[in-house]
Amino acid sequence: MDDKFSIPLSRTDDSSLSRRGFLQVLGSGVLITVTERLAVAQRSAAPADTRVVARLYLNEDGTITALSGKVEEGQGPRTELSQAAAEELRVPVDRVRLIMADTDLVPDDGITAGSRTTPQNVPPMRQAAATARELLTEHAARQWQADPTKLEVINGVVTNKATGQSITYADLAKSKEVVAAFAGNVRPGVAVTAVSDWKVLGQSVPKLGGQGLVTGQHQFPSDIRRPNMLYGKVLRAPSYEATLESIDLSAAQAMKDVVVVRDGAFVGLAAPTSHRAGQALEAVAKTARWKAAPRRVSHGNLHAYLKDHVDSGRARPNATGSIEKGFADATKTLAATYTLAYIQHAPMEPRAAVAEWSADGKVTVWAGCDGPYRARGYVAEACGVPAERVRVIIPDMGGGFGGKHSAEAAVEAARMAKAAGRPVWMRWTRNEEFTWAYCRPAAVIECKAGLNANHSLVAWDFTNINAGGAGIGTPYEVPNTRIVSVGSDSPVPQGSYRVLGATGNNFARECFMDEVAAAAGVDPLTFRLSHLQNARLRAVLQEAVERFGWANRVKKVTPELGVGLACGTEKNSVVATCVEIGIDRKAGEIRVREICQVFECGPILNPAGLLSQVQGCIMMGLGGALFEEIQFEDGKILNGTFSAYRVPRFRDVPKIDVHLINKTDIPSAGGGETPIIGLAPAIGNAVFAATGTRLRAMPLRLGKGGATD
Amino acid sequence: MDVTLKLDVNGVERTVTTDPERKLLDVLREDLNLTGTKYGCGEGRCGACVVLIDGRRTYSCRVPVSAAARKSITTIEGLAQAGKLHPVQQAFLDEGAMQCGYCTPGMILSAVALLREKPNPTDEEIIAGMNGNMCRCNGYVKITNAVRRAAKAGR
Repeated sequence: MDDKFSIPLSRTDDSSLSRRGFLQVLGSGVLITVTERLAVAQRSAAPADTRVVARLYLNEDGTITALSGKVEEGQGPRTELSQAAAEELRVPVDRVRLIMADTDLVPDDGITAGSRTTPQNVPPMRQAAATARELLTEHAARQWQADPTKLEVINGVVTNKATGQSITYADLAKSKEVVAAFAGNVRPGVAVTAVSDWKVLGQSVPKLGGQGLVTGQHQFPSDIRRPNMLYGKVLRAPSYEATLESIDLSAAQAMKDVVVVRDGAFVGLAAPTSHRAGQALEAVAKTARWKAAPRRVSHGNLHAYLKDHVDSGRARPNATGSIEKGFADATKTLAATYTLAYIQHAPMEPRAAVAEWSADGKVTVWAGCDGPYRARGYVAEACGVPAERVRVIIPDMGGGFGGKHSAEAAVEAARMAKAAGRPVWMRWTRNEEFTWAYCRPAAVIECKAGLNANHSLVAWDFTNINAGGAGIGTPYEVPNTRIVSVGSDSPVPQGSYRVLGATGNNFARECFMDEVAAAAGVDPLTFRLSHLQNARLRAVLQEAVERFGWANRVKKVTPELGVGLACGTEKNSVVATCVEIGIDRKAGEIRVREICQVFECGPILNPAGLLSQVQGCIMMGLGGALFEEIQFEDGKILNGTFSAYRVPRFRDVPKIDVHLINKTDIPSAGGGETPIIGLAPAIGNAVFAATGTRLRAMPLRLGKGGATD
Repeated sequence: MDVTLKLDVNGVERTVTTDPERKLLDVLREDLNLTGTKYGCGEGRCGACVVLIDGRRTYSCRVPVSAAARKSITTIEGLAQAGKLHPVQQAFLDEGAMQCGYCTPGMILSAVALLREKPNPTDEEIIAGMNGNMCRCNGYVKITNAVRRAAKAGR
């Protein structure tokens, strides 16, 4: 698969985003717009990554409305973007109200993915807020005939200490001159607050909206209720790519209050309760005749299949030096093949949406997905209406992990609502989510390395088949490398997952590094450090082994107790992971007992929030490392339930020691993905240390050695 | 065939006319507009749908609504009293024990049930008591801390 998210680039001059549109919704006051000129200019070069968009609105009560196209799915952008605005405007964070992910109100910030909110959306929010503060200060200075640089802003009050004059943001918001001044653009070179002076950023501001979560008052996408609303169900094929040959809808059509929608292969049923819709679905589903697709591979021989179906036309090798010369110079060469299973994101809230059409042919869709504008495009296309007639609102939603880039439920609800002439709710069942949501790609990863007589790596040949190129480069110094990401023919739907291909690539690389170290007769830590110049990565690795007590614990390894380590860098952050595992031979299980992880992603915007992300990544990483695997046969998912698909639970939580390094001399990077990458390789290396058996397949299971064992 | 049932939800008697086979979860969410109780799996494996019935933790996705008639049902909406958060709700806030928060109502109600039974739980008892609830953002560490904190506050 392609690791790059394709971001829809349209938008800037939509009438829905006009100043008038804002004012209608937000009332009067001051609007600041960060223009997208830079983004427009650079789009052809690097599409999504150059976007600099933010909006702020100063209300007449002195509060601030901030606007972001990002989606809150649990990882904290709402809180950190609010902190960013509050910091630069010199107000407490509770004075900021952030509107997110509503295509009628907010700019298109792309999809929420790739750890991008922190590096790409926080800085423009800060610049917009800093510009706002400057404009407000300058206005006060003009009124007082004072030097604006001598004025101070504290808690939303501009003060001239020399004269004792002061004016509040609330009063400034009422000034027409201020409104006029604010029609200008954000100042590109505006000074933002130095990290050392942060008062709101850098603090463990509690998650905004927490009260609504603990009381059940927050409405997730699946909680949206509209007057006269129906509950929808959609007919699904019994297997992938099966085609509907015929169906008899009469049984459902005869049911009272049931709306039946048929549009080609799309069969939707909407009823006053989800139970009734389910009965209607059952009644018609048993009359459906399907033509199955040709037999396809099952999970049992998946990896051979992926290897046999490599799409080498898409391969783009990345090389340094000469791989041929490297292997010619080597005195020892090693090769191994690693594999990954398909896994599911399984967010707690499955895909969900409510759609409501107005009499004038405009549709509003409340949906749980990662990109409001992308979803708008999907809905517009499916319903045959211009995008301007579609409004997508994404309430803070119940998890995503890269799994909700698509917006199927939004489209399904919109189609049914259009036909029904009433609002329709749609929420996938857990089994639908397991079956029809895209999976994290499985992979075959082929590694080959050459060592010289000094135990140094001289050649590194690394090919990922099917899982993508994120994190595929090696952070270690090797003079001759050839690194390739190549696609294949995926037998199940696949797409993005937290940190993309970096999980598999780091698993293979860090395990293989241990293999090479063992072949060189050098301990894993020394071997890594002797090839590692990246100062940030060295720092987290050294901190982790020190905190873990690596030097002593590595001496106490037994056949029942192993320790392992791994490190890596991705998304401009660095992580090192040490684990202790126990081998339960009777149960045939690996028990992770302790995890020590050190993570650094630049200046920390919210320490408590980042800790949650790192803890969450660790536990999620444990699932992919030890249990999770989508099983399939003949185009059917075999384990699409939580009773059959094992994810981490409370009883799986080991002792976890997380240490966050606050590195303040670089820009902040996102922290919600990279902390996942060290788990599987550290565990695999610990199993090897204990047992001498090298597990090369994720999930790691005793007795299943992987492709080359 | 629809029947008319009386449900005692959060101390209020509610009357619903419904197919008695419908799950309590759906009736709460669709008929009574109590959407704090969540769907997660429909098979009692994830705990998102947990409510208290006569004080006991119950997976509302597995219970036919008829079986809940005339019993005392507590949902997340009924936990705070007179605008004051229940100590377990407060503990979740204080520990920041939520990311997306979709599992939070079920987590809180499971913790309430656990602490009612075992006011001073050991860590093992917390894990056993909470293991039927899943969190995919994987906030287990902070959730465990919140349960410990709530237990301490209750002492």
